[in-house]
Amino acid sequence: MKARERAAGAVLNYVDERTGAAKWMKKTLTKVFPDHWSFMLGEIVLYSFIILLLSGTFLTFWFDPSMNKVKYEGSYEPLQGVEMTAAYASALNISFDVRGGLLMRQIHHWAALIFLAAMVAHLLRVFFTGAFRKPREMNWVIGVGLLTLGIVEGFLGYSLPDDLLSGTGVRIAEAIMQAIPVVGSYISYFVFGGAFPGELFIPRIYVAHVLLIPGIFLALITAHLMLVWYQKHTQYPGPGRTERNVVGYPLLPVYMAKAGGFFFIVFGFTAFLGAVAQINPIWIYGPYTPAQIGAGSQPDWYMGWLDGLVRMAPPIETHAFGITISWNILIPGLIVPGILFTLMAFYPFIESWITGDKREHHLLERPRNNPNRTAIGAMALTFTLVTLINGGNDLLATHFDLSINQIMWFSRIGVFVLPPIAFIVTKRICLALQRADREMVLHGKESGRLVMLPHGEFIEVHTPLSPEKAYALTQHEQLPPLMAPESDDRGVALPRGIRNRIRARWSAAASEQVAKPTVEELKEIEHH
Amino acid sequence: MSIQPIQDPGLPTHVHRKADTDPIAAKRAERQVAILFLVSALGTLLFIYSYLGIPQDQLIFLPIMGTTNAHQLFLGLGLAIALFFIGMGAVHWAKTLMPDHEVVDHRKEQRSKDEDREAFLATIKEQGATAGLGRRTLIKRTLGLSLGLVGLSPLLLLGDLGPLPGNELNETNWKKGTRLLTDPALRPIRPADLEVGAVAQILPELPAGKKRKLEDIAKDALLLVRIRPEEFNLDAERLSWTYQGIIAFSKICSHMGCAVALYEQTTKHLLCPCHQSTFDVTRAAEVIFGPAARPLPQLPITVDADGYLIAQAPFNEAVGPSFWERDSA
Repeated sequence: MKARERAAGAVLNYVDERTGAAKWMKKTLTKVFPDHWSFMLGEIVLYSFIILLLSGTFLTFWFDPSMNKVKYEGSYEPLQGVEMTAAYASALNISFDVRGGLLMRQIHHWAALIFLAAMVAHLLRVFFTGAFRKPREMNWVIGVGLLTLGIVEGFLGYSLPDDLLSGTGVRIAEAIMQAIPVVGSYISYFVFGGAFPGELFIPRIYVAHVLLIPGIFLALITAHLMLVWYQKHTQYPGPGRTERNVVGYPLLPVYMAKAGGFFFIVFGFTAFLGAVAQINPIWIYGPYTPAQIGAGSQPDWYMGWLDGLVRMAPPIETHAFGITISWNILIPGLIVPGILFTLMAFYPFIESWITGDKREHHLLERPRNNPNRTAIGAMALTFTLVTLINGGNDLLATHFDLSINQIMWFSRIGVFVLPPIAFIVTKRICLALQRADREMVLHGKESGRLVMLPHGEFIEVHTPLSPEKAYALTQHEQLPPLMAPESDDRGVALPRGIRNRIRARWSAAASEQVAKPTVEELKEIEHH
Repeated sequence: MSIQPIQDPGLPTHVHRKADTDPIAAKRAERQVAILFLVSALGTLLFIYSYLGIPQDQLIFLPIMGTTNAHQLFLGLGLAIALFFIGMGAVHWAKTLMPDHEVVDHRKEQRSKDEDREAFLATIKEQGATAGLGRRTLIKRTLGLSLGLVGLSPLLLLGDLGPLPGNELNETNWKKGTRLLTDPALRPIRPADLEVGAVAQILPELPAGKKRKLEDIAKDALLLVRIRPEEFNLDAERLSWTYQGIIAFSKICSHMGCAVALYEQTTKHLLCPCHQSTFDVTRAAEVIFGPAARPLPQLPITVDADGYLIAQAPFNEAVGPSFWERDSA
């Protein structure tokens, strides 16, 4: 035995005698992880979070979360002698006088954008493949919580430098607080420690941004990953993959090398963006003052849909009995997002109620094989996209020479009309794809080879599918719709008649499918 | 589960990679991995050189990017290369040289076995019974009371987060006779200083000794616009609030409080860049587009004995975004 092995053995022995870890580690190191590119989306979220922790820690060494007034004396000449908050001055200091400071600021900001983009992509993957089904509903809910927190955390983060743009964003957040019925002005005064902007909100959101929310993040991410670990990862259907097994690569060495390597790739990519792509040049905006603003004020992309909703809201306020209710802020700023996120969090439970499916699922579904769900997802995406477009209506108008009124009216109408259209179109596309799959299984692939038969007829030769491919296209199950008994055998209406009817309607819509080939059909084809 | 029309053919047979069978290919893959790791090392060297060797204010011209800071660019590129190629090396290693046999692991149902669940319930009941939770209601209730009360204390402690708003949201520093000062010079302004078609940012003159805070600006900021008096389309009262074609509006948007800073001279429209609410100057800042539901509050102005513009009276409504107690009637 070499000296190195002896030393390692001694360490392991020491640890194991005190923890008994060897038994657990033995099982863990060979834990199987299914492999698919779409499973890396969640990894990107995790790695971006680590990058955010590392770069964020670096930034805290110099950032001064204080709203004390100072005269800027750093090396950025245009702002020398300007009075500003210590927060803004220290953010400038990081950008101009700390070596690598600007790089780290830009890495931090890019990582935040990637963090949320990857989170959304991961959510879409989980949604469209049905990975949220039993037993993973809890993890879906945790995920929705993480997304909500991520949006808040990102907003707080870009509010910290206290520049003109970020201050404008905070002002808008304050207006949303003020619009809350009955207690709005109290909430605003409590958050800001008095009238807006006051001298307290930077230190307050700083502690939320660097301690409170990251702490909750750590706890939720840990729970999220522990559940993934414990429940084992889902896998895409295919030959040899069943509800009862997991097919993939062992943690050691392949998965570890790939996942670890991927962390460095994500970090390297983010660093590259931080190096070459300028983001949030706070020195251009100047310090915040409520009486000034920059044209084309835009939030980060993940707030854009919210801003777009606010922009398209009709100018409605209720003035009565000496009170004011700002529907133009409440509806787009609180009510609609609240409904959307609640529906999203409850989606797994709603779907299982509709389908009546309470079984465990570990095999993912191809989006086309669940047309209703895919169409619902497309509908939600379309809604968000229209609102996001309207969030950039001023930039779209100036860049593409459009009228801002036209974009606004397009969005106002489109936000109601386009999502249902997206639903219908997506559902039809899914059914058409199912039909194509069925054709392929029954008649094989079009080979593009034309053959003339002796009697002069032309036919195209179809090549039969491999058994693996044919299995992959037919393994999915097609649930029958739930039948709702509205009345019992004697014709007496059941107490839950209406609820059952709604459910039966939805269930019928959800089970609309192109029937996959049956055993008989396949046999018949064989005889030809 | 329905019967499958096509039987599961099972896992496809494993296809060997070139490096699995060909020692030369394996050696080549090993070299490739090593080169990737070496590139990473070079990236770190570039990083170190940039940190120590390139002055912080060194500018460099690059196509596409334009003039950019060389120190920060090469520092970042060095870091990016160093990290990225460690990753590439590891992944290439895993893909070419590490075993690529897929492994099958068994999966069991999440649900515990029935006997385990029963045993668990029995334990809960038994242990609960020994503590007497079911029987001793007095203990249960007093515990509930004390836990509930102690939970209130952190809420109470948050009471000093802020003062109560009181009437503050309805008040500004504009009083009868307050002089209009230009922002940022803070000089009083005469009507003649403002040409027709011009706009000015205005703040109120504060009583001696009072320091202007951002909270003051957030409510006091004013936009002064001068147009030809005949262009106004106002009722008699509002017209009396103007002076020789000069009209004063709160600069704080009645929608969400952004600064309404864009004035279009030809159309006489004020535009808020946050949500594009557009206000018509000639008609007392009536909303003509966008989500704002109320006109910008108008400040009545006139001139004092020295010919400087002053406020005739305070705002007759609250400025800025709406809130519940706001009397907007």
